[in-house]
Amino acid sequence: MPRVVISGVAARRLTGGQSEFEVEADTVHRMIRELDRRFPGLGRQIDEGMAVAINGEIFQDAYAERLAPDAEVYLIPKIGGG
Amino acid sequence: MAIDGLKVVGTRPIRPDGVDKVIGRAAFGADMVMPGMLWGKIKRSPHAHARILSIDTSKARALPGVKAVVTAADFPSIPSEEAFMGEGPMNFRDLSRNCMAADKVLYDGHAVAAVAATSQAIAEEAVELIDVKYEVLPHVIDVEAAMAPDAPILHEDLFTSGVEPKPTKPSNIAKKVGFTKGDVAAGFKEAEVVIERRYTTQPVHQAYIEPHACVVSAAPDGQCTIWSSSQGQFMVRAYCAKLLGIDIANIRVVPAEIGGGFGGKTLVYLEPVALALSKQAGRPVKIVMSREEVFRGTGPAAGSVIEVKLGAKRDGRIVAAELLLKYQAGAFPGSPVGPGCMCAFAMYDLPNVNIVGYDVVSNRPKVAAYRAPGAPNSSFGVESCLDELARMLKIDPLRLREINAAKDGTKTAHGPTFTNIGYVQTVEAAKNHPHYKAPLGPNQGRGVASGFWFNIGGESSAACHINEDGTATVVEGNPDIGGSRASMAMMAAEVLGIPYDRVRPVVGDTSSIGFTFLTGGSRVTFATGMAVTQAAEKVVVELKKRAAMIWDISPEAVEWKDGYAVPAGANAGNFEPLSLAEIALKSGRTGGPISAEVSINAQGAGPGFATHICDVEVDPETGHVKILRYTAIQDVGRAIHPSYVEGQIQGGVAQGIGWALNEEYIYDKDGRLDNAGFLDYRIPVASDMPMIEPVMIEVPNPRHPFGARGVGEVPIVPPMAAVANAIADATGMRMRDLPISPPKLRAALDAGTLKEAAE
Amino acid sequence: MSKYHVTTTINGEPVEYLCEAQQTMLDVLRDELGLTGSKEGCSSGDCGACSIIVDGNVMCSCLMLGVEAEGHSIQTIEGIAQGDKLHPVQQKFLEHAALQCGFCTPGLIVAAKALLDVNLNPTEEETRYWLAGNLCRCTGYDKVIRAVLDAAAVMRAEAGR
Repeated sequence: MPRVVISGVAARRLTGGQSEFEVEADTVHRMIRELDRRFPGLGRQIDEGMAVAINGEIFQDAYAERLAPDAEVYLIPKIGGG
Repeated sequence: MAIDGLKVVGTRPIRPDGVDKVIGRAAFGADMVMPGMLWGKIKRSPHAHARILSIDTSKARALPGVKAVVTAADFPSIPSEEAFMGEGPMNFRDLSRNCMAADKVLYDGHAVAAVAATSQAIAEEAVELIDVKYEVLPHVIDVEAAMAPDAPILHEDLFTSGVEPKPTKPSNIAKKVGFTKGDVAAGFKEAEVVIERRYTTQPVHQAYIEPHACVVSAAPDGQCTIWSSSQGQFMVRAYCAKLLGIDIANIRVVPAEIGGGFGGKTLVYLEPVALALSKQAGRPVKIVMSREEVFRGTGPAAGSVIEVKLGAKRDGRIVAAELLLKYQAGAFPGSPVGPGCMCAFAMYDLPNVNIVGYDVVSNRPKVAAYRAPGAPNSSFGVESCLDELARMLKIDPLRLREINAAKDGTKTAHGPTFTNIGYVQTVEAAKNHPHYKAPLGPNQGRGVASGFWFNIGGESSAACHINEDGTATVVEGNPDIGGSRASMAMMAAEVLGIPYDRVRPVVGDTSSIGFTFLTGGSRVTFATGMAVTQAAEKVVVELKKRAAMIWDISPEAVEWKDGYAVPAGANAGNFEPLSLAEIALKSGRTGGPISAEVSINAQGAGPGFATHICDVEVDPETGHVKILRYTAIQDVGRAIHPSYVEGQIQGGVAQGIGWALNEEYIYDKDGRLDNAGFLDYRIPVASDMPMIEPVMIEVPNPRHPFGARGVGEVPIVPPMAAVANAIADATGMRMRDLPISPPKLRAALDAGTLKEAAE
Repeated sequence: MSKYHVTTTINGEPVEYLCEAQQTMLDVLRDELGLTGSKEGCSSGDCGACSIIVDGNVMCSCLMLGVEAEGHSIQTIEGIAQGDKLHPVQQKFLEHAALQCGFCTPGLIVAAKALLDVNLNPTEEETRYWLAGNLCRCTGYDKVIRAVLDAAAVMRAEAGR
């Protein structure tokens, strides 16, 4: 079961301070839906404002990316650029 | 010289839009005219902070030749809505209020009204006739002054987010962010030396030479055409649709050539205003910003305070690091303090880290993205502090970085573990470069610094059409700021196996190619290149099918080699190779036009790392700093067109040097910008710069078909610290407040107050 | 507002136009004559994007009034190439990739051409100082200087020096 960590203090407001979760999900989309189920509103915040780093590689807006059972998943602020 | 058996990728052909640009024929934003066109002009606030009591436009409307006048009342009211669009967090209500002030003006230069008239002179006169009554309010400019409890508040509905318990009083602190790793308190206890320093930077402008410009035409049935220079025609379309309440399909944005952006043109200022004017007037409207308006009314990079604390062992291993960032967002929330936090220590493998960042509003223009937004600021502090630590420990600064370097498997402070990175290679290359060992003379010094940027992928569409004569047209959706169009043609030519000059790339308008995210984030060669390559590959599959039909064999028995269909081995049949041109000629009869379009959301962009070496000479009498020599080493993945990769590196370095030595916004006591022009906002000129040597290290990115990595933004991250470190080496003087302009350096040298002996 | 009638020579051709007193030469070139190759970057003579050559001297067309062109000979970027034959400076800019966005390029090419008209053997330093009035934000000037020095070498060879 992938271990998901929300990086940074900003999103913890919605999770009551918790930042590490075990999430039963095999794709990014399913992970977001499960987190939103547990913490309503978190799904939108992830969709709109966060990137997903899977085993160190950063994905943005990538619902279909697969999560292996031992994947290290970090949710970090979305990256832009100039 | 091509590489690895590639024939086109890696070579340096002339860019397809080059001739137009050297003969002056290329059409930029201000070069367009439309029949019946009116000239628009914007009225701007002279106050840094004021309530708008009333706006009387009657005299302006009465002036002969004036055809439209708009204020915020002519724009729909937009609810506050956070969305990540463009190159940073965007609140559309804020964007709308930035384009046209609603109840308050928040900075000197804030737009309050606009007119459209039959000539520029009449438009200027009409602007003067608009009577705005203000209630001037106290203003605040500096980021720490804006954070003080008694600071004038810009937004009564802004409460600091990211702090518990939720505040009840409005604040200018929009957001607090933070990241931790390990246990910094324990880490500092283990440290044998501790160094704590404070650094500051001032807002700087991207200073693209082309001011913002657009020509728009809003027809009575609601359909609009926009010609504008921007970093993304789809962004312009989306933002105008949102701000004016128009269906996206009713807006067609045609991208002009763009005269520089660097992040500053990843949002809109003029287009929504021009649309409102055009709708009212029933005629096309052209608006071009003056240079003064660009400085006063568009988004610079954030000014900042950076406080760094490092704890290390005497052998150079850093065991604890703390960082406090205060970034100034300008009039509305949204500075890049988050990326600033994440990039600062990304080059290093540190066991215990604590980072805190504040996003703070103040009465300055809303900041916009500027090349690796947030990272140059925090890296200036961290890379300078590392240099101070190296001197303290008497360890070579490159060696110090080597000891602490991030490698594959390093866990970052913000969480993810790195894989497939090229940082150490840049440090090694710096150590081994002849520049690092070259002798220095009197008043000369050498500094090094490293940098990091994420790079992004994102949505891109591209089409590849085979023309009847066997040439190819590639349509993509990214304005070409730095030569990317050439790389698109090169990648397509490589896949198709035909000469580069038989592939012509076109930057399509929003109705002519699928959705494409804007040009920025170092994404175009990576993401759009991926789409172009995939489209060309789909075309090759189709070409093989057509050859198979012509030969009456199975498509599996056909291969594509160097622009020809060939039978796959003797068993397939003894057929003469068919050229792309021959197949194209028969395409109508073999199934129709040969064409493919691909739309993707490219993932796996892969970060970039750089290490720079800078030599300076300081004139102790004037405080003038001359850059003698500059070497910029960067991991570029694979250079599709090496000249344009070198160009990105050299350009970023020059901007970083300007940021270090001269550039800043200077405000008077009333919060008005004093230096809104290129005379007093001093960017580097040709005589300031030496040749800049780019060293490209290629650690190919496995996620891209040709190994490309984003390159455009990383080069601006190291220069400020590299220059400051070189000045410290030359003079013994540690300058911690940018810019290190001659009067400041001269004063410091005279006073000798900042001279710090190694502890 | 009454207009002035001006007769002048632009890129070797006799040209007439009407303009208002306050219109700069840049305004006239771009808005009256359709010669949009000269660019407006600052309107205060600081960026050089509007550079033209007047009687052999490089100047900023934004610092010159339209009426001042009367009786003078003006060369703009549109007149640097001869038909479809590029000037060596233009050709070298392309080969050296001395442009990225291309906005400052017309001004730089006009100024560089003016340099090579008077000095076919400039040093790197002389070239840098001559072009110090042409701002470029994209390139850091490296490839620009290389292109100009290379064009000078080509022109010296052609002149048989």
